[in-house]
Amino acid sequence: MFDLRQLTPSGAIGLLGLTVFLVITAFAPLLAPYNPYDIVGGPWEPHSDAFLLGTDNIGRDLLSRLLHGIRTTVTVSLAANLLAFAIGITLGFIAAALSGWGDQLLSRANELIMSIPTLIWALALLSMLPPSIEILIAVIAVLESTRIFRISRAVAVNIVASDFVEASRLRGEGLGWLLFREILPNAWSPLMAEFGLRFSFVVLFISALSYLGLGIQPPAADLGGMIKDNKDGIAFGIGAAMVPGATIILLAVSANLFVDWLSQRRRDPRRTL
Amino acid sequence: MSMFLRITAQRIAFGIMMLLMTSVIIFAGIEILPGDVAQAMLGQSATPDTVAQLRLELGLDRPAIVRFGEWLTNAIQGDFGRSYTNKLDIASEIAHRLKNTLLLAAGAALISIPLALFLGLLGVLYSDGIVDRVTSILVVGGISVPEFFMGYILIFVFAVGWQWFPSNAAVYDGMPISDRLYQMALPIATLVLATLGHMQRMTRAAILDLMSAPFIETARLKGLNTANIIIHHALPNAVAPIINVVMLNIGYLIVGVVLVEVVFTYPGIGQYFVDHVTMRDAPVIQACGLVFATVYIMLNLIADLVSAYSNPRIRHPR
Repeated sequence: MFDLRQLTPSGAIGLLGLTVFLVITAFAPLLAPYNPYDIVGGPWEPHSDAFLLGTDNIGRDLLSRLLHGIRTTVTVSLAANLLAFAIGITLGFIAAALSGWGDQLLSRANELIMSIPTLIWALALLSMLPPSIEILIAVIAVLESTRIFRISRAVAVNIVASDFVEASRLRGEGLGWLLFREILPNAWSPLMAEFGLRFSFVVLFISALSYLGLGIQPPAADLGGMIKDNKDGIAFGIGAAMVPGATIILLAVSANLFVDWLSQRRRDPRRTL
Repeated sequence: MSMFLRITAQRIAFGIMMLLMTSVIIFAGIEILPGDVAQAMLGQSATPDTVAQLRLELGLDRPAIVRFGEWLTNAIQGDFGRSYTNKLDIASEIAHRLKNTLLLAAGAALISIPLALFLGLLGVLYSDGIVDRVTSILVVGGISVPEFFMGYILIFVFAVGWQWFPSNAAVYDGMPISDRLYQMALPIATLVLATLGHMQRMTRAAILDLMSAPFIETARLKGLNTANIIIHHALPNAVAPIINVVMLNIGYLIVGVVLVEVVFTYPGIGQYFVDHVTMRDAPVIQACGLVFATVYIMLNLIADLVSAYSNPRIRHPR
């Protein structure tokens, strides 16, 4: 699946971008020149030798906050996405394996949650729950899992119909074996591509929530929250909010380019006239 | 026609059922959460006595099922009660703001849908050309730039840099339509940019999918030119998937509107919702949630009906 010799230029850019983001995520505290919570200068100081990207709305070093912000956003997004996939895949496979009324029940319940836009759900739920990172991750994961449920169920329905699954059923294997030993190994590659795609969605989603004030709570640095902190400067032509914004775009573009390459390798989409 | 009527009735019944279930979820979702509304309103430092007093005042001491029945019957009659925080009537506030929001969404849809369809067709006609390159950049851009940040980019360039448009969309009732559109220019542009690429891509994919069908092969063997094949043979059959794409994106617009309204401080329902979400104003959250869900479900219903009606087998039953 990851045959790097077949890497296309855009796939290479995506992979490179993701690697850089992962390195920053791992080593942000070592890379950051200042403590991201310390006020080290005046508000919105322009770029200088001391502050490579200038300072933010209350005089914290923008570069340090950016590096820590990337760390927070990437970690929280990864955690939420992993949890969402765990929930979505398990339930999706169960629905496909059960078929009949069990499938109906799960699928209808899923449609019901999907009948309200995710952002509306998230805002309503987060407004009533105590603000904490764990709860934020859980809420996003549950809402995201509805999309993953759909896809993993669709993938699994085809697998369940094949002979080797029938054979293992006749052999008397339990549901757990069916889900993780028969279906999962055959569903890996479409789900991997989906993971990358959903990851970039989750990054945007968490950033939007933080921007609205219901995501990651201050003073912790995260990309969406940094836009919220510095947005008032835009009216005066101060570009501090553009830095975290551009970073979100780079992160999402990297993930998308990489995913495009992954899924293009699975099927050739080139159908010309 | 009778078959169409039957499908219509079926879908509407399904939609109403869906709406009823979502209203239960919206109400219950806010109800069973651990945070207590009265506690949340008064803050952590409130004494148990004052919390109990407020619960009594808000009628929170009665069983949830009774309150749900009351809430739903009132909501159906267009009465959402009063906001906990500013004591204003929610229904009149929503009615006023929903108009602004729908205007914004409609303005964006009127530009982005025809444009996306046109670019989608171009993308099929020149599927390896420059059009396709440009639109695929637009697509990756569209799904990688958060819509609220797109708004700030436009503000930075067009409101602060060149000062062509205002950064705050200050609209009010009775404003001349030209002024209103001028104020709404940047929010509409933001929403168009956020949806355009995606819609173009899906239109293109839907038509390209059809281009491999046998009847298209026949048309080509007949010697028809590409434009003719697309317009007369592929497009009529692509109506159903395209309608779905369009509706999906209008649904997306409804959500995008929430963020865009906050960025441009546009007095719509999205901003109202977000303001009261941060204040934990349960009745407003429930009312707005129900309104958003209704719009969403109605759009899906329309999409279902249009795509069913566009199918000749349903339109002309034997």
